[in-house]
Parts: sequence; C-alpha cells; structure tokens
Amino acid sequence: MIEKALTGDKRYWSWIAFLLVLIGVGTLAYLRQFDFGLGVTGLSRDVTWGFYIAQFTFLVGVAASAVMVVLPYYLHNYKAFSKVTILGEFVAIGAVIMCMTFIFVDMGQPFRILNVFLHPSPNSLMFWDTVSLMGYLLLNIVISQVTLNAERKAIAPPKWIKPVIIISIPWAISIHTVTAFLYSGLAARPFWMSAVLAPRFLASAFAAGPALLVILCLLVRKFSRFDPGDAAIKNLAKIATYGMVVNVFLVLMEIFTAFYSNIPEHLYHFKYLYFGLDGKATLVPWMWISSILAVISLIVMINPKTRNKVNWLVFGCIAIFVSLWIDKGLAMVVTGFIPSPLGEVTEYWPTFLEFLISIGIYALGALIITVLYKVAISVREKDLPVPAPVREETEAVASESV
Amino acid sequence: MYDGGKIIAGLIIFLALITFPIWYNVASGKANYRPDPKIVTTEKQCVEDVSYMKASHMDLLNEWRDMVVREGHRTHTAPSGRKFEASLSNTCMSCHSNKSEFCDECHDYMGVTPYCWDCHIEPKEGK
Amino acid sequence: MSVNRRSFLKAAGLTTLSLAGGKALASESLKKPWIDSGGLKAKRWAMVIDLSKCREQEGCTACTDACHRVHNVPEFENEKHEVKWIWKEPFHNAFHEQEHEYTRDNIKHSKALVLCNHCDNPPCVRVCPTKATWKREEDGIVMMDWHRCIGCRYCVLACPYGSRSFNWRDPRDGIDEVQEDFPTRMKGVVEKCTFCEERLAKGLMPACVEACKEHALIFGDLDDPESEVRAILKERYTIRRKPALGTEPEVYYIV
Repeated sequence: MIEKALTGDKRYWSWIAFLLVLIGVGTLAYLRQFDFGLGVTGLSRDVTWGFYIAQFTFLVGVAASAVMVVLPYYLHNYKAFSKVTILGEFVAIGAVIMCMTFIFVDMGQPFRILNVFLHPSPNSLMFWDTVSLMGYLLLNIVISQVTLNAERKAIAPPKWIKPVIIISIPWAISIHTVTAFLYSGLAARPFWMSAVLAPRFLASAFAAGPALLVILCLLVRKFSRFDPGDAAIKNLAKIATYGMVVNVFLVLMEIFTAFYSNIPEHLYHFKYLYFGLDGKATLVPWMWISSILAVISLIVMINPKTRNKVNWLVFGCIAIFVSLWIDKGLAMVVTGFIPSPLGEVTEYWPTFLEFLISIGIYALGALIITVLYKVAISVREKDLPVPAPVREETEAVASESV
Repeated sequence: MYDGGKIIAGLIIFLALITFPIWYNVASGKANYRPDPKIVTTEKQCVEDVSYMKASHMDLLNEWRDMVVREGHRTHTAPSGRKFEASLSNTCMSCHSNKSEFCDECHDYMGVTPYCWDCHIEPKEGK
Repeated sequence: MSVNRRSFLKAAGLTTLSLAGGKALASESLKKPWIDSGGLKAKRWAMVIDLSKCREQEGCTACTDACHRVHNVPEFENEKHEVKWIWKEPFHNAFHEQEHEYTRDNIKHSKALVLCNHCDNPPCVRVCPTKATWKREEDGIVMMDWHRCIGCRYCVLACPYGSRSFNWRDPRDGIDEVQEDFPTRMKGVVEKCTFCEERLAKGLMPACVEACKEHALIFGDLDDPESEVRAILKERYTIRRKPALGTEPEVYYIV
C-alpha cells in the first residue's frame, strides 16, 4: 500500500521536499552533537534533562491519545469514529517514532542503547518505558496495517485483530502512565513527586491529542476528497475539551498544594515558573501565556456555539495544543531541576543546535504521518465519486441557451 | 536483446567498478601487505599463550572488564601460574608500550577501531 | 593454529631483533609491582567527615585536588560542564533543613565537604536501566561501570545530593596531566566517587582520606565494632544529609 504515497501532486511533493530538507539539516546538526558531545546543548550539571526529553514527554501523550478514538469505536460501537480510528493510529505511530528518536539523540552513548535489553532492569522505569513504547509501536503498526488492508479489499478484518485492538487500549494508557512514573517516583525531585502527575499527564494527553486530530481531520477534509465526518470532528472536540478541563483542574490542585502548604521544597519550583526565583525568570512569560491560553481555550471550547464553528474550533484546538506544549514541552521537565537538590538556580534554554535537531525530528514525524495519511486517504478516496468538472457544464448550458 | 550492446557494456563497467577493491589491491601490490606488530619487551611470556592472544585477546579483555569492574577481582593467573593485575593500561601496555607499532598494526589493517583507548590511557611513545 | 616453519622463523627473527633493538626501549618489565595483598576488605564501608576540623583550614582543597588528580577528573571553564567527585558546598546548600536564621556564624558561613554518600538504599541504583551503577553486596560501595553506561542521566535525576556528574564533552580536553594508571572516562557517561575501590583493592586508603592533613576524613568498616568510624559514631553526635528521604546515606557528619 505504500506505493500510494509515491504518487501525488506538486503541493504534496513540495511539502515532502520541505520536510526532507529539515530532516537533513537536523541530521547534520546531530552529527555535530555526536562528535562533540551533549555539551552543545544548553544542558548543564544542574539541569540534566531538557528540550529533547520534554518533547518526548509531550509526544508520548499525543501517541497515547489514539485510545480516545479507538475506545469509543471498538468498545462502544460509536460509529461516527469508524473513519477516524486509522487517522488516530497513524498519529500514534508518528508520535512514538518521534519519541524514540528524541530519546536516542539525548543519550550520551546512544549506540549502547541495546544494553537496556541485554541487561534488563525491572526496577528501572526507563526499562519499562522502552518496553511499553516498542510494544505500542508494534501494536499500532499491526492494527493499522491489518484494518486498512481489509478496508482496501472491502472485506472485514480477520477476527484475531479484535483482541489486539482491545489490548492497545490499556496499553495506550500504560505508556503515558509509565512515562509519568519516570518522574513521579523520584524522592530527589519534589516538583514531580506527586501522585497527581500521572493523571495530569493523561488528562493533558487526552486534550492535546484529540485537539491535534481535529486539526488534522480538517486538513484532510481540505486537501483531499475524504471527509472524516462532522460527527467525528465534533466529538473529538468534545473529548479535547473535557481533557483540558480535567488537566486545568489538576494543575490548580497542584498549585493549591504547593502554595497553601508553603513547604519551600514544593513551593520554590512553582515560584520559579510563575514569578521567578533569585532574579531568574526565563520561563515566567511562557507560563503565563500557557495559562492564559488554557483559560481562553476553555472558554472557546466549552461553549458549544463557538466549539461548533470551524474557525473558533481551529483557534480553540490550537490554543489547547500550544498551551499544553508549553506546559509539558518547555516547563515541566526543566523546572524539576530548578532549584537543584543543593538549592542552586541554574537556568536552561535550548541552543540553536538543539533546536535544529528537534525540528529535524518533528519533520521526521510529520513525514511519517504525511506518508501514512496519504496511504489511508488514497484507499478511502478510490471509493468516492470524482466530482463532475463544473466548467464544461456551464459552457454547455451557456451554449444551449444561446 | 534490444540495446544489447549498451546493456553488456554497462554490465562490464558495473562489474569492473564493483570489483575495484580486489583488482586494484592486487595490481598495486597492496594485497601483499601483512601486518607486522613489533614486540619491544624483554618479558618472555604474555598473560596467556601467544596463539590464544592472537585469536582471542579481545575476549580476554572483555572478561577482564567484567571481572575487574563488576566483580572486583583484579588478579589474572597465567597458565604458568604467574599472577598479573588484570589491567589493559597497567599490565598489557607496560610490555606492549608501542601501541602504534603493535596494537595499531593489526587494528588499522583490519579496519577496526576499538574504543578502549577513549578511556584507557596509552603510554606515550617518545620516539 | 599450527605453526609452520615460515612463521616460526619470522617469530624467531623478530624476537632476536627486538631483544637487540628493544633493549633500549624496554625499561622495566612491569610498570608497577602488582600488590596481590588482597586489599582492604569491609562489610560496609562508611565515612565520617569532621566538619569542625575541616573548617580549621579555610580554602583548603587537598582532598578535592588529590581525588581529581588520581582519577583524571577534568576541569572545564564552563560551569555547566563541571565534573566533580568531592567538593565543598556552602553549608546551607548541603544541610538546608539543619539550618536557621540564627545558626552560629562560623557554621552558617562555612563550607561542607560533600561527595557521593554510597547510600544503603540508593535511588540512583534503582533507576539505572542497564545496571551500569549498582550497590556492591560485599561492601556497600555504589559502583560505576563506564563500559555499560548509556548516558541517559536518569541516575543524575534520582540522586538527592547532586553527587553525580555527566561528561558533556570529551574529558581529556580538560585534563592537564593524565595519571596513566587510572583510565579517563569518555564523553557521554555519568561519573561519581567510587570510594576509591581500586585503591582499596591495593590496600590503600581513599585518596581524599590520605590527603587530608587535619585527619578530618575517617574511613572504615561500619560493620566492625572495633573500627574508628564506629568509635567516633559512638562518641560524637553525627548527622547525615536529607535523612527523611530514606536513602540511608553512609557518609556521616560532625558539625
């Protein structure tokens, strides 16, 4: 079916070429990092995980959000999602591959990564994270391949795929829970040591993922003859809204606990985020933008009058996505280190090289999703009637009347 | 065969190019090159027999690596009964102090770059 | 592998040549006499740091210098890439919860010596995905295997004491004089104090303990009721860093 991605119009190929250029630049930047060491990034002895791992954390959420389309359709027969599950699964594949690539570029000795499997350490959450990510990737590849193939042949998919799909539902929840566990079990980092971190991760995933899917569905509707359906898009919007409500609520819970208890160890991290600490306040404007965007997105998305209008919907979904990207992809990881266990405030900002490498990886994900979507849309499009050319008709009518 | 001449010509060029490393090395005499590691020590016996060392010194070093670092055992007993410290820098390199004429001779020829030297210090060769 | 006449003659010729020419090059047969003494053994290595003695010598860096020299620890200008195994930290950083506004001035403004605590319940060991760091069951030392470390830095996250450093670049760029009997590390791995386990194996005390002129560092077997560390712990009141976290650090401090 991959041959369907090899035919396309000029627009398609220019987009692919653009992505390939970004990937190329990112690769060259990575070669520089591989040669010198991770010292080319903005990371330091105090802030050891930064932009790469933050992107991984954010994208695991996006990957997990596929469950929000799979669950209603396969467990509850919600027919409106029948055309959208594959789109969710393809986003999951692209997101998981991006996650793995972000981890790879963050390793000090990436070519030793097999050691994680040669010397399995069940006590380490990182081991379980690699296992669950690989399993999730495999599940999504198999499920999407089998179901799309069956659709192309206009037959029902084989019976054995149903239990596989059912397994993917708790597995999706598990990948993001395990990622949250990476952080929430560390006694050394009070900012992350919170039971609410895993639920918060999941809530933000179920807001950001469906928000992204809404945008992608609207793009698919615009650039191809396939229409995922109004009902699907409207429901995805509702899911994103509820996810965002829960996420904002949980964030407020964390803020209450930190500020009301006044325990310095917990409080200082939030102070740094929203007000700055020791005169250092790089993330402060970003956090306020994220919070304001979150509130605005809730206003737009909760109100059905705005949520059901395309322009407002697009704005609301982008607001959700950007707000959560700032929260998880910029703030959350770095703030765990500020202040350090020794009370020092060392700030972090990604360097230009880090940025180039990250853009390259995002381009890789976009390429994978583009190619997979092209395949799915081509399969769907061939059953759709080609609209009759309008010009000839008008000419014929005009000539007739004359 | 249509365009038979072009196809056969193309095939011949392809074969010539793909076998280039083989016939070039033979023609220029490089194929005759044998690595010639030089021994500079007065010690008569290595930590193991020469034939074993030639074939499996990398396995021995791997064994030493886990033995010393992970198990804390630092003594290697040679077949002669003599005890050595299991250490690349302190034992091996103290006799084979000419890395560029010993270790590198075969490694360069075989095209392998063991990363041991990223950490384990090679003795300065003051020639 | 059978030896044919040709290779035998080659080997013989080479040996003769090297004996003649190599005599000038080969000085001694082995660099250092190998001390097969069995080394120092303990069931539970621990350290007591007497900060009152340490404070006697303000500005003294003997232990840090000794450790960093013996172990080829690099020094870089960029603070972000700092690698350190043992160093002095302001008292309020090392003992945040033991200090208040009216703490005695000479303690409040003093520096405390910090290093890896070789915890009994090490969180860094728990999170390592490859067992590149582990706790030795024989003597409690939390060890590092630099061949296996993948540089994920999860252990750096997990350490509540900030004891671990990552090699953000090639450490050899930051070493003036390399000590040949201990390897450097490569870029991309995490390192920390190993209680000088390679010196203990040779019957020597850790470099920092030996270097301290005030005898402020006492190192010994916690499991041995006759050891110096046990004597001090019985005699003086000692504290540990961040005891509430349950890591059970084995570096004790006399303030």
